[in-house]
Amino acid sequence: MPEAGCRVAVIGASARRVARALVIAGIGLVTASAPARAQSPQDTAREIERYREAVADSSPGELWEIRGEDLWKTRRGPNKVSLEQCDLGEGPGVVAGALARLPRWFADAGRVMDLETRLLHCMVTLQGFEAAALQRQAFGSGEQRSDFEALSAWIAAESRGRTLVPPLDHPAEQAAWRLGRELFFVRGGTHDFACTTCHAQSGRRIRLQELPNLSRPEEARRVLVTWPAYRVSQGEMRTLQWRMNDCFRQQRFPDLVFGSDVSVALLSYLLNNARGAALAGPGVRR
Amino acid sequence: MRRSIVFDRAGRPWQAGRLALGTALLTLAGCVFVPASISGPAPAAGAGSESALLTIPREPGDAERARAALDRSFVARGQAGLDRLKQDAAQRLCSEAEAAGKAVTDEQAQAIERENQALIRWPAAGTSFLGDWRAGERIAQSGVGRQWSDPPDATAGGNCYACHQLSPDELSYGTLGPSLLRYAVLRAQMPRAELERYTYGRIYNPQAWQACSNMPRFGTHGILAEAQIRDLVALLLAADSPVNR
Amino acid sequence: MADPMRIRARIEGDQCVVRVLIGHEMETGQRRDATGRLVPAWFIQRVTATTGGRVVFSASWGPAVSKNPVIQFSYAGARVGDRLQVTWVDTRGDRRTDEAVVSA
Repeated sequence: MPEAGCRVAVIGASARRVARALVIAGIGLVTASAPARAQSPQDTAREIERYREAVADSSPGELWEIRGEDLWKTRRGPNKVSLEQCDLGEGPGVVAGALARLPRWFADAGRVMDLETRLLHCMVTLQGFEAAALQRQAFGSGEQRSDFEALSAWIAAESRGRTLVPPLDHPAEQAAWRLGRELFFVRGGTHDFACTTCHAQSGRRIRLQELPNLSRPEEARRVLVTWPAYRVSQGEMRTLQWRMNDCFRQQRFPDLVFGSDVSVALLSYLLNNARGAALAGPGVRR
Repeated sequence: MRRSIVFDRAGRPWQAGRLALGTALLTLAGCVFVPASISGPAPAAGAGSESALLTIPREPGDAERARAALDRSFVARGQAGLDRLKQDAAQRLCSEAEAAGKAVTDEQAQAIERENQALIRWPAAGTSFLGDWRAGERIAQSGVGRQWSDPPDATAGGNCYACHQLSPDELSYGTLGPSLLRYAVLRAQMPRAELERYTYGRIYNPQAWQACSNMPRFGTHGILAEAQIRDLVALLLAADSPVNR
Repeated sequence: MADPMRIRARIEGDQCVVRVLIGHEMETGQRRDATGRLVPAWFIQRVTATTGGRVVFSASWGPAVSKNPVIQFSYAGARVGDRLQVTWVDTRGDRRTDEAVVSA
C-alpha cells in the first residue's frame, strides 16, 4: 500500500449553489485561502471567476464536446447517415478551423449561414430530420439536450486558436453584415429596447453585469471568441443562436426563430466586429 | 458601385489571465481537501490597441429590409405577439437615426416629445402623485414582466435598479442610467407640485421630455399601472425613502 | 444513460494526479422549476477510484456539489500503464464506471 492520504480539490460551484458551497467551505475551513463571507453579487462574480480559472483545462464543456463529436460521426436520422459529408464551408467533412470562417455564403442553400444554421441545414438535407422538430429542441434544458449545443461545442474546440476572419467577398455576406448593423439599432417591443440599449456604450453595467460595447472591435473580440460557452449559472452549454434568442426575450420581443435571417445577420455583424481575434471557445461564462 | 470595406486583421488573442485558485478546504474520508493551484493560459502581452470597425456604408432601403427581416424571423410566443415588432414613430425615427450614426433632428425630437406628451394619462384631479415608497422599492427591484417566458398575468416590475442607483443599501445597481441617489434633495429648488408632476410624467413616458431616451415608457406602454408609478414617485420623492435619507 | 466521465491520470513526480469530469445534474432537491414545483433531489452520493483492486480515493457527496462536477486528487505508488477505474453512484441508484490509463 502507498502512504495514506490523498490530496483532493472539488471544483465546482454553480451560481445557484455558490451560497451553499460557501457555507460548506465555512465549516471545514482550515486556512484563510477561501475566506467565508456574506454572499453578495460581487462574491458570486468572484467565485465564478475563480471557477473559470479552475476549470480552464478541464471544463464541464468537454462533456458537450465529447457528445458533439459522437453526434457528428454517428449515422442518424431517417437517412441513417452521419454528418461527415456536411460542408461547413471548408469542404465536406472539414471541421478543423471551420468556425473561423463563419458566417459565410453557401451556394447550395442560397443564403448566408452561421454555424448552427448550417448544422440545421445539414441535419435536414443529409440526415433527413424535420427542421421544425430540430428547431424546437435547439436549446437544451436539464435532461432535454440540444444536439446543436453539443455539435457547436465540439466544432468550436476544433477551431480553437484560429483567427476569426469570416469571408466578406460575396455581396450576400456584405448585405448580411449591413442588415445586422441595421437590426442592431432597431427599437421595438413594450420597452423600446434595441441591442444598442445595452451594447452601445463602454463601461456600463446592468445590475452588476458588465455590458460589452459590441460595436467596438476590442470588446466584441473579447466576448465573441468565447462562444459557445458553458454557462455556470445554468449548467448548460450555450450557443450564439441561444444568445440572440435570449437577448430578444429580455428585450420583450417575440420568439426569435432559430436560424432565421435576423439571427444570422446579427451574428454576421457581431462576428465581423470581432474579426482578427483568436477563437477560444467553448468558454466558461457566468 | 464600389464599397469600401475596412477591417483589421491585427487582432491579438484574448486569453484569461493567470490566477491561482483557492478552493474550499474540507476534511473528508481521510482525504484532506487542499486548494489546488491551477494555471490558466499565459496572459496576453501588452494591451490591445484600438482598431477600426468594419464599415460598409448604409444604403437606401436598409431600414425597410430590416423591418421585413424582423417580420419573417419571429414567431408569437406566450404574451409576446408579433405586434411588438411594429414600430411607432419614436421607435422608427430613433432607430434609423442611430443606425446612420446620427441623432434625430431637432424637429424630429420636438415632434416625438410633443406626441409623447399627448400620450400621458395624468391621475385624476385631486389624486396625490405620491403612493407608498415601500411598495415603490419592491417595484424598483422587480424585473418580472412582459417577456414571453413570463406568466401573462404577472404584475410587471419597473426594474429600476437594472439601470439606476437608487438606495445606498442596494449595491447591485446598473449604470445605464444616471444615479438617482438623493433625487429629491438635489431638486429641492424646484416647486414641489411641479417636481411631483414632472417625476410622474418622466416615468410614465420619458420621451415626452427626451426623445430617443433609452428608458421604457412605463405608463404609455402599460408596463406599470398608475398606482405603481405613484409608488415609484414616492420612492424618489419621500423624505424618508432610502433614496433621500 | 449517463454520459461517460472524462478521466485524466498523469504521473507528476512521485504522485499520480487524477482529474475527473462527471456529467450529472446534481439536483439539490431544493430548487424549484418554472412552475414553482420542487425539483426532486438527484445527486451523486458516492465516488470511488480503484487501481489494481485497491481503493485510492473515495468520497461521500451531498447536494452541495455542483452540476457537472470536476474533482482532482493524487495518490502515490502509480506506474505508467496502470488502469484506474472511477465509479459513481447516485441517489436513484444509477451508477457509472469509466477507466483511464495512467500516462507519463
